[in-house]
Amino acid sequence: MAAHWFLYASPASFYPIAGRMAPWFAAAAAALALVGLWIGLVVAPTDAQQGDAYRIIFIHVPAAWMSMFIYLVMAFWSALALGYNTRLSAMMAQALAPTGALMTFIALWTGAFWGRPTWGTYWAWDARMTSELILLFLYLGVIALRNGIDDPRRADKACSVLTLVGAVNVPIIYFSVKWWNTLHQGSTISMTAAPKMAAIMVTALGLMTLATWGYAIAVALIRVRAIIVERERGASWLSHLPEVRRLVV
Amino acid sequence: MAASIESAPAASVQGAVLPAVAWALARDLKISLRSKAELGIQLLFYVIVVTLFPLATTPERSLLAAIGPGVLWVAALLASLLSLSRLFAADHADGTLEQMALSPWPLPALVSGKIAAHWLTTGLPIVLLAPLLSAQYALERDAMWILTAALLIGTPILSLLGGIGAALTLGLRGGGTLLALLVLPLYVPILIFGAGSVDAVRAGFSAGPHLSLLGAGLLVALVGAPFAAAAAVRVALD
Repeated sequence: MAAHWFLYASPASFYPIAGRMAPWFAAAAAALALVGLWIGLVVAPTDAQQGDAYRIIFIHVPAAWMSMFIYLVMAFWSALALGYNTRLSAMMAQALAPTGALMTFIALWTGAFWGRPTWGTYWAWDARMTSELILLFLYLGVIALRNGIDDPRRADKACSVLTLVGAVNVPIIYFSVKWWNTLHQGSTISMTAAPKMAAIMVTALGLMTLATWGYAIAVALIRVRAIIVERERGASWLSHLPEVRRLVV
Repeated sequence: MAASIESAPAASVQGAVLPAVAWALARDLKISLRSKAELGIQLLFYVIVVTLFPLATTPERSLLAAIGPGVLWVAALLASLLSLSRLFAADHADGTLEQMALSPWPLPALVSGKIAAHWLTTGLPIVLLAPLLSAQYALERDAMWILTAALLIGTPILSLLGGIGAALTLGLRGGGTLLALLVLPLYVPILIFGAGSVDAVRAGFSAGPHLSLLGAGLLVALVGAPFAAAAAVRVALD
């Protein structure tokens, strides 16, 4: 059994599979997003308390979930990269980092625009917002470290160590910010106290969450293919690929 | 990481941990104490940063007492950061670090010794200065002692976490700025619990929970950070 797992750890065997899977995930993401947005923006009723402003959660909440989940996935690939010294694992972690940062940024940005009409402020030092901001800094740190190192193998390992140290810190940061916030008595309205959502809103949220998953997977696969081509440019298997041949000719 | 640690001779690893820590600590202390001017500059930086805040805000005593603990902590973070880039740099440049990694002594122990020396030369002076500077910020006596205790527990964590960042950014372009970007987000919990302990006392609560959490963080960092920093050193030497 173990042999099958390691078969796909080779960039040469993963590259074509990623190429075949990426369009499916992208198409699924587009279809789910269309339906999800249609239900969320058109079908779902206007909220009694928040008006139409609440509709931003159909983008905001999936992005926020994804931002945290991608960091966990990155930590998983980083642990594999350090443990098994597999190049592809580190490439996956590298491919996920920009998407994670983007999701974090979207979550913060949409959160600010939801907060303005609902809380009356773009920014409050709420526990979730603060820890999300620090998560963005962690993503940017990993990306900056990657860019600062010329040797890709050293960058792989250094980023893996940093990602794992960050992963240990993420829950600590979250709870520290939460306790700090309760001591300081920040925002008076919290997301957890929001009224229960109607079934139609939950449906739209679920669809949008799946769409976000599809998008993140598709983009990560496309990006990891680009990273493989960039890094393996000297490898002979790469020069036999039809798309590379076309370029060379 | 595991493989490289196991490659040291098994028999010597057992007894050599403390001698390795002590050797690296004594060596780094000796080197730091040779350039006392440099140590003085770091402390001066800390004092100046702390002095700037009242000038930028207000000399009003009640407000100063409110922001004082946070200002001292942020300044401690920055002062610790300032000296971190030199933690491994000189040894990396002249090849000493490579010899340390090749030696049969466990690298995490050697790295621990270097980190301990970093704390003794930068963290401890900050702790000792804290009572004096809290007088500038009109802090009450018990708030002052809690702040000093929190700095005493918290600044070693700064050195330990910072050691990982210093090793990761060894020899990189823009290493110092990059180091700040990597390490400062990781410092957030220490800042919160450290400054929070004083806030709690000023609000009439016990500082116990905050100090306990800082202590727990110190223990975790003591156990984990030397290994992560040693792994990062090996990455940098590859």
